[in-house]
Amino acid sequence: MSTDRLPAVVIATATVALIIVGTLWPIPSAIVMAGSGANLLRPSSSPQAAVEILAGEIGQQAWEKAYSSLANKSEFTELEFVRDLTGTYLSLRTYATLDSFDARPLHASADEAQVQLKLRWSSVIGAFLDTRDLRVVRTGDRWGVLWPIVKEPRVPPQVIPVNYLRWDVIYRGPEDDWGSQDVEAPHVRIVDMHPVERSGGVVIMGELLNEDVVPAFVTVKATLLAKNGSAIATEDSFDKISHVLLPKQVTPFFIAFHDVELSEVDSVHMDPSATLIAASADPVIGIEDQHFNTPPGASLSGKLVNQSGQVVNVAHVLGTFYDKSGQLVWVADQYVDRALLPQTPVSFAMSLPADIASRVSSERAIATTYSSGRFQ
Amino acid sequence: MKSKCTFILGGLILAAMPLAMAQTGGLRLPKTVEAGSAFSIQSSGSGPAFLYIVGPGQVLRRKVQLGETTVFAPGDLHNAGRYLAVFVGGSSTENGAFDVTAAHQPMVLSFLAKPSRLPVDLHDGISGVVYVFDAFQNLVLVPIQVSFQLTSVTGAEQMRTALTRNGAAWTKMNSAAQEGVAKFVARVGDATSTRVIQQVPGNPCHLRMSARASGQRLAVETEPVRDCSGNPLPDGTIVTFTETYSDGESTVDVPLKRSVARADMPAYGGAKVSVATGVFIGNEIRLGTKR
Repeated sequence: MSTDRLPAVVIATATVALIIVGTLWPIPSAIVMAGSGANLLRPSSSPQAAVEILAGEIGQQAWEKAYSSLANKSEFTELEFVRDLTGTYLSLRTYATLDSFDARPLHASADEAQVQLKLRWSSVIGAFLDTRDLRVVRTGDRWGVLWPIVKEPRVPPQVIPVNYLRWDVIYRGPEDDWGSQDVEAPHVRIVDMHPVERSGGVVIMGELLNEDVVPAFVTVKATLLAKNGSAIATEDSFDKISHVLLPKQVTPFFIAFHDVELSEVDSVHMDPSATLIAASADPVIGIEDQHFNTPPGASLSGKLVNQSGQVVNVAHVLGTFYDKSGQLVWVADQYVDRALLPQTPVSFAMSLPADIASRVSSERAIATTYSSGRFQ
Repeated sequence: MKSKCTFILGGLILAAMPLAMAQTGGLRLPKTVEAGSAFSIQSSGSGPAFLYIVGPGQVLRRKVQLGETTVFAPGDLHNAGRYLAVFVGGSSTENGAFDVTAAHQPMVLSFLAKPSRLPVDLHDGISGVVYVFDAFQNLVLVPIQVSFQLTSVTGAEQMRTALTRNGAAWTKMNSAAQEGVAKFVARVGDATSTRVIQQVPGNPCHLRMSARASGQRLAVETEPVRDCSGNPLPDGTIVTFTETYSDGESTVDVPLKRSVARADMPAYGGAKVSVATGVFIGNEIRLGTKR
């Protein structure tokens, strides 16, 4: 056999071996996510099996089956059960699919057990975790799950007057003469910027201010330059920024460069860009009860309160963390998977690395929102 | 099609001619012609011939009798630049060159005013550049005096004059102390061009707020927020209220409405409430009430 063919043969052999291993000894979540045969493989003869089967049915969106297997289904309707998992209003949950799950027994007795179920959902902005502590009870020779229903609060019918400003823009037309004016792009300024080495790469964090009187759609691009002036890499902040900045608003930004060492970098070229856009000053989101939770499991948690009258479908919280001297040390973010109803608090928690958390002295959080049917 | 053939023929003639062109024999050409004006060319020799006038973006072809004067009507040549006159046919092979210059009467101003929006009270913050063109869109290269006038919303005027250099004149103006729309006018003779400059409030000069506890909630409100010239900051400007208490913090970003920002926050005894807009920090209030 020629040496050229050797890697191909090794890869093919390994693939076949892994397929055999995966078929003969599949992981539990793979069994139940695989389809209807799962119930046959593992009947709900144990608390963990009951939870895994339920999770599998949730993954397959077999709502009727999942609902009918619950031991406390008399406490709520199937619709309420589905809404608990997918959201009543359009939100990240609505179009999320269950990627995987973990069922971990917490304790068990002869007739009752507690199992922690971690559902990992995939959505357009990445994965989010939904953790439920489930009580599982024995009914005859089978186990049934008591689902801890989370009912989304209903906002009573009312009129909430909103008269915040909205900006509309008329741009220069193609028929205008050369030299004709166009609307001026918003003036934005980077007020803080720090490059740091992190996890085998370089991270650039900073803050951007809209110092104009009009709203701006902003992005920040950074180019790392070597000592000879050549560009090492160029990246932008993608979603680690609040793209819509109202007048005098400040957003953090976070740009990650992988596989670059800070010692290679001589200078950084920052390129903030701003475009004038139509926008609305509504909705106003309050961020209440912010707590910085120290390690282990360092995080910034709090509650978002939608102070306006419209439903916010997707909310994104960005946290800026400073040390004792006021220097920016980290930027973290968190999407909220449920819709924000008017005047209804929704919790969030964004984690940050333990070594960074020990240096944090103060923090600042901002929220950006997306509402379906709105231009912003 | 005909004009295309004429143009190609003209090009071929030009290619065949020596680069250094000189007026030859009895050919009499004007040294310069003002764009759009009438002119004539006197040839020598005898017999019929064709006269080609080849220039930037324009070629003329006339059947002429050598030895006679060929007259061109006003408007026949209107693009400024270097032109070649070539007689083809008959006993003559004369040729020569002349310049067509822009008309002295400015008709069109291209006026670039930047920026279209700027903060009040900014020295030399507004720049205006004017390019002067004649009726045929030729850049007028002779120096011409341009007057610039900036009229603010209060009626206050700033005037500047500048001579064009190579067809362009420019100036700088200060933005007024009062916000509002200013008219920026450039004028050369009867030709004018107007741009609108929006003068907007600058950074806040002082930011003060008050807080009033109402049960378990706290109503915070700023005084009207103004810049250092006394202009109220525009609606929509974001003001951030931050309430820091023993075990946490609450923040809310609210837009100014009629120059005032109001927010509703949870009330905690002993909490510190601060206010900021952009990078400008306002006063702090320490709450004494118990929740």
